[in-house]
Amino acid sequence: MSVNLKIDGINVSVEKGSTILDAAKKINIKIPTLCHHEDLCVAGNCRVCIVEVEGKNKLEASCATPAEEGMIIKTNTPKIRNARKDIISLLVSEHNTQCTTCYRSTNCELQALSSEHNIDHERFLSVLKPHTKIDKSSWSIEKDDSKCVRCQRCVRTCAELQHVNALTVSGKGKEMKISTFLNLPFSDVVCTNCGQCITHCPTGALTERRYFDEVWEAIGDPTKHVVVNTAPSVRVALGEMLGMPVGTRVTGKMVTALKKMGIDAVLDTDFTADLTIIEEGHELLTRLKSVLVDGDTSVKLPMMTSCSPGWVKFIEHMYPEYLGHLSSCKSPQQMFGALTKTYYAEKNNINPKDIVSIAIMPCAAKKFEANRPEMRDSGYQDIDAGLTTRELGHMIKQAGLNFAELEDTKYDSFMGDSTGAAVIFGATGGVMEAALRTAYEVVTGREVPFKNLNILPVRGLEGIKEATIKIEGCLPAWSFLEGAELKIAVAHGLINARQIMDMIVAGECPYHFIEVMACPGGCIGGGGQPIPTNNEIRLKRIKAIYDEDEGMPIRKSHENPEVTKIYADFLEKPLGHTSHKLLHTKYRKRNRY
Amino acid sequence: MSELKTVISDQIKKHGKGRDALMPILQSIVEKNNYLTNENMVEIAKELDISAADVYGTASFYSFLETEERGRYVIRICKSITCDMKGKGKVLRTIQDMLKIKIGETTQNKKFSLLETNCIGLCDQGPAMLINDDFYNHLTPEKVREVLVDYIRNKN
Repeated sequence: MSVNLKIDGINVSVEKGSTILDAAKKINIKIPTLCHHEDLCVAGNCRVCIVEVEGKNKLEASCATPAEEGMIIKTNTPKIRNARKDIISLLVSEHNTQCTTCYRSTNCELQALSSEHNIDHERFLSVLKPHTKIDKSSWSIEKDDSKCVRCQRCVRTCAELQHVNALTVSGKGKEMKISTFLNLPFSDVVCTNCGQCITHCPTGALTERRYFDEVWEAIGDPTKHVVVNTAPSVRVALGEMLGMPVGTRVTGKMVTALKKMGIDAVLDTDFTADLTIIEEGHELLTRLKSVLVDGDTSVKLPMMTSCSPGWVKFIEHMYPEYLGHLSSCKSPQQMFGALTKTYYAEKNNINPKDIVSIAIMPCAAKKFEANRPEMRDSGYQDIDAGLTTRELGHMIKQAGLNFAELEDTKYDSFMGDSTGAAVIFGATGGVMEAALRTAYEVVTGREVPFKNLNILPVRGLEGIKEATIKIEGCLPAWSFLEGAELKIAVAHGLINARQIMDMIVAGECPYHFIEVMACPGGCIGGGGQPIPTNNEIRLKRIKAIYDEDEGMPIRKSHENPEVTKIYADFLEKPLGHTSHKLLHTKYRKRNRY
Repeated sequence: MSELKTVISDQIKKHGKGRDALMPILQSIVEKNNYLTNENMVEIAKELDISAADVYGTASFYSFLETEERGRYVIRICKSITCDMKGKGKVLRTIQDMLKIKIGETTQNKKFSLLETNCIGLCDQGPAMLINDDFYNHLTPEKVREVLVDYIRNKN
């Protein structure tokens, strides 16, 4: 069923159930919005998107009004412009307008609206409450109520995308604010640190906790050896921070920029992503053997991935009885940290106490992860600082580099080699695909039976993806798997993760191995990625990730020469003693409420 | 089963385990104890399988769902303009003098709390106030003194 309406004199036909805003978009009429976000349900609370509907006295919020047959809409009349200006002015009157010192300046939707509508600061008296305290309790997220416009995008994000509901609206009227339970500090509540609230916040009210000053400090200290590792999805999103089109791959330029900034060694988290695949793949096969051959009931299936620190904290809070399902592998970031201050230090003859190891991540939760007390297996804090893609973008600007003009440079060696399998960790389904490329070959001696190694069923933005792989022609060591059907699933966004967990709780989970990423789209849509993020942008970043994979000479983790070397020189064998000490971890129960 | 759990489970029996049950549960606890403790809110969240923040958000929205410790008798004096013009100021001062508490405070023996409320629909009979669910109208310093003396002497 479609409905026909006229907007600013142009006829448009849309599906029944579409809003006036949807219809306007279809014919490229831009209606300004603020509380609206493509990822989230309609709220209609900011009123910025008001339009005139012929025959109605009051102005209607176009994001919240369904398009109806025969409607005649105007989006740009003096009445609308005046009302809109008042609405924006009222929002500004409650807002901390010290934009010059705001982290989100030039990337703020309220700032853009005020500028666009030439808001007069004196139009309404400022009613900003003085002395609001910024919540800096969390390792990952900062909340500054003085910059909040109460659009509730964060609340909807936490509920609809993540099903965590750490944030709520408390009080009413002028006392209304975005609050945690009892307005407790972020560090004390059930928050996974995923940072999706940050990427959905239109202003600077929610931001990541920044560490770039400490990093500059370390770079400037001649006694320190600064090592950086960069996550797969940073290279397909960083360009957006520096004026390049969405989906541009900037791997080589990023390495150049980091070197020009004075980093001593620019290495690739992909190396430990490959290592994760080896360790996690062997862990899966060992678990399958324990359950299928030895009948060991203490070993849990399905096994679930543990690379996403938001997901790990989610399960620690929400399903602590099921922690046994999580792979004991640390995330690639933490494996990297542990190896930097042991293997890397040893090989380069550097005292680990002089190493500052920094991870550049698409993630807010990685900051918390780096500061987990158990992540000190090297004898030092394994990762000293976790920066987001956004922070790196800022640092590159601070360094005055003309990013678009930089030449390409390769990662330093060693711990800089990577494969296509590691790059795709950045997209939902990527860890699964990489694991299958390796595990299938370990078991059968043959390549995974998908054209060009591309395991398409696990790709894309569907909330839960599943696939079945029949294992045939096993090598003798794995003959117990002959003819078995390996059932796998991939979930992204914690609301989908919860669905999988509820299947496990109900004893109805048919899968053997499950990949979970806390953020919608996987790391490319992470809480540390450039703002805005929406499905259109996610898809472009995902495409860039798979292009990067296709362009790599080696596309299977077990063929990474540096991975082979680290087992020969240092780790001995997968799941061996050293691996267990440095690359694996334990989880803990956290409060549910 | 604790008293609280009984209250919650009674309401769940009536209204189901969905979010619909949240308001009746909150109301019945406030009816019994005059306010919601933090532990109450966590317990409700557990029973309904929703987040504690959700419970807090709902409770903090409604003026009559208290989330801070209150006395057994909560006095809510109308703060709207009609009652003000009819002499609420003097009435309020009398209450404050008698109970030695200011607005937002609770007496040491936890018997009385003094709060302001928005219009309670008694503009024609102002100044007006509520003590728990009972209303008192046409208040004067003398009348409010009588009312409070009765509460102090005769009610626990």
